[in-house]
Amino acid sequence: MPAIEAHHLYKVFGRKGREGVRRLEAGADTDELKRAGLTPAVIDASFTVEEGEIFVVMGLSGSGKSTLIRMINGLHPPTAGHVELYGENITAATGKDLRRLRRERISMVFQHFALFPHRSVIDNAAYGLETQGVGKEERRRRAHDALELCGLTGWDEHLPSELSGGMQQRVGLARALAADTDILLMDEAFSALDPLIRRDMQDQLIELQQKLGKTILFITHDLNEAMRIGDRIAMMRNGRIVQVGTAEEILTDPANDYVAQFVADVDRTRVLTASSVMEPPAAVLGAEQGPRAAHKLMREHQLPAMFVTGRDRTLKGYVTEDEVGRHLDRKDITSLLRPVPDFASVSGDTSLADLFGPAAETPAIAVVDDAGRLSGVIPRITLLAALATQTDGDDEAASVPTPDSDQTKEVVRD
Amino acid sequence: MIERAVPLTIVPPLPIGDLLETGFDWFKDTFDAFFDVVDDVTTGAIDGIAGLLLAPEPLLVAVVFALLAWLLRNWKLAAGSLVGMVVIIGVDMWEPAMETLALVVVATLVALVVGIPVGILAARSAAFSRILKPVLDLMQTMPGMVWLLPVLKLFSIGVAGALVATVIFALPPAVRLTELGIRQVDGEVVEAGQAFGAAPRQILKDIQLPLALPTVMAGVNQVIMLALSMAVIAGLVGGGGLGDEVVGAVSTLNLALGFDAGISVVILAIFLDRLTASIGSRRPGHGRFRELRDRFVRTPARTAA
Repeated sequence: MPAIEAHHLYKVFGRKGREGVRRLEAGADTDELKRAGLTPAVIDASFTVEEGEIFVVMGLSGSGKSTLIRMINGLHPPTAGHVELYGENITAATGKDLRRLRRERISMVFQHFALFPHRSVIDNAAYGLETQGVGKEERRRRAHDALELCGLTGWDEHLPSELSGGMQQRVGLARALAADTDILLMDEAFSALDPLIRRDMQDQLIELQQKLGKTILFITHDLNEAMRIGDRIAMMRNGRIVQVGTAEEILTDPANDYVAQFVADVDRTRVLTASSVMEPPAAVLGAEQGPRAAHKLMREHQLPAMFVTGRDRTLKGYVTEDEVGRHLDRKDITSLLRPVPDFASVSGDTSLADLFGPAAETPAIAVVDDAGRLSGVIPRITLLAALATQTDGDDEAASVPTPDSDQTKEVVRD
Repeated sequence: MIERAVPLTIVPPLPIGDLLETGFDWFKDTFDAFFDVVDDVTTGAIDGIAGLLLAPEPLLVAVVFALLAWLLRNWKLAAGSLVGMVVIIGVDMWEPAMETLALVVVATLVALVVGIPVGILAARSAAFSRILKPVLDLMQTMPGMVWLLPVLKLFSIGVAGALVATVIFALPPAVRLTELGIRQVDGEVVEAGQAFGAAPRQILKDIQLPLALPTVMAGVNQVIMLALSMAVIAGLVGGGGLGDEVVGAVSTLNLALGFDAGISVVILAIFLDRLTASIGSRRPGHGRFRELRDRFVRTPARTAA
């Protein structure tokens, strides 16, 4: 069951919000509504967040992302549409039921930390447990553990004002983690931190997510942040979700000019991964094959060297054309096998930026999966070609005047 | 040759005051029994407190006040208070001063018990706040002595009437500053409370009120100051205390008596102001009470990590 399902969410501020929704459904645009004194903040937003996923909503300020995240836990009631958390409709819940859902299902990290200035760090972290009715001893113990998990020890009895911004947000994160809910909402959680600390927190968040398996809905206006931490990204503009997809999908197949222009400045080498540019190996030698077969294959494909795999496709090593040519009389090529150096064999999720070093040393990089099986190769040429397409893309995007067409395109729909 | 200005004949006479008086008389007749009870209770409370303050040796009470100043603030205020109280004793105003203090204490308590909850309501409902605003303006800007008239009719001469007039005059800051304090609390912090599933009552108790406390205390301080100024005016309707002395001095043109009473009022005012101002500005959990407790009582609780 998906952790979060948003169904056609609308938020229109103004006295007659409902009427605004009707007009939007009938095809009215934002400006028309604004003239009528209505402010549409979120328009027809639908998406699904799977359990254990980091789902990022990315948009500039005023794109409606903060309103959207507040509709997920009911801080803002939607004008139309509804949200389900593990199949339970939180939009329809009121009073006690709503508070129970918030306590048990969903916690939140705020942009400006929103710590309680009159409570000590540990009492801040324990707040969610306090509302859940956990006893004092236990909640302090669990809050202490959460603070430790977030890399904050020895500050338990201090007041938040005595901490730096980065440390305060660790308290905010610990408060959300201590509540031990399945879903974490993060509203521009790292935007107020300076870049180095932000990087640090991003890494830590990914690490924590892998350890704890939380479902995270993360809001940001920083595309690099979105690409760094998001399993999937929803691009938002003027209240609408214009594209949902993985970082690579958005980068390589932007839904419209707006997205294309937006992602133009992204450093692709940090987003694209080895698996997205690797090629299926043109030819692979089995370890049991003889030097003559090997020699023939290499000449056919004009390769100076080739990877050799076992029957189960595990990478055994490589052979060079020179050596094979000199020892054509050998029975099999096992004796000519050279081990693949560590740097030349990478996993599929290695970013391109980390491939340039190895590529300088070896003509082709092997991409292997967790079991050590060869899943593809990246010849030096291919790596360069991947960068070349990027430059083309940049030119195209840059030459497009301000993108106004809002063609919505969903790349991924589960 | 000058003819009467025309508008005077156009605007009909508005008997607002007369109407109010008629309504008020009905009100008084109908609820007479109730006001008798209020009279008895308030007079009892004020006399009780005044009696308590006047029972021991005046110097002893002065020392207790100084100690209180030291506990809540510092030794300087303590020393100043002691000197001030000794001056009041010296000019022979101790008894009326304690009567006035009793009136101020009771009036302040009543004003806070009414004003703070009303302020909380006003912070929660914009509509209620809008309705309340002109009422508070009326209470605050109507010349203080005007409040003495209806009160005099309800309670006749005596301390109960003085109390009611004082409460009416001193109440607005309690309401206004409570509302302001709660509205000033950072919206994201309140949202954090909601996001973690706290009930409105919990948010009020654990987040809004503690964070509004410095502003609320500023309101308390103002209530006390207004109560003191009104308590003196209430001498006109038999409020007793320093007010009585002032009224007596004015009617007999007794300059010496007037200054003795006046200086006593000033000393009381400064003492109460500094005392209550320090309560609002203290950081929670860092006051002298905590210091004293840490010094004299062994507390193993704080060492737990």
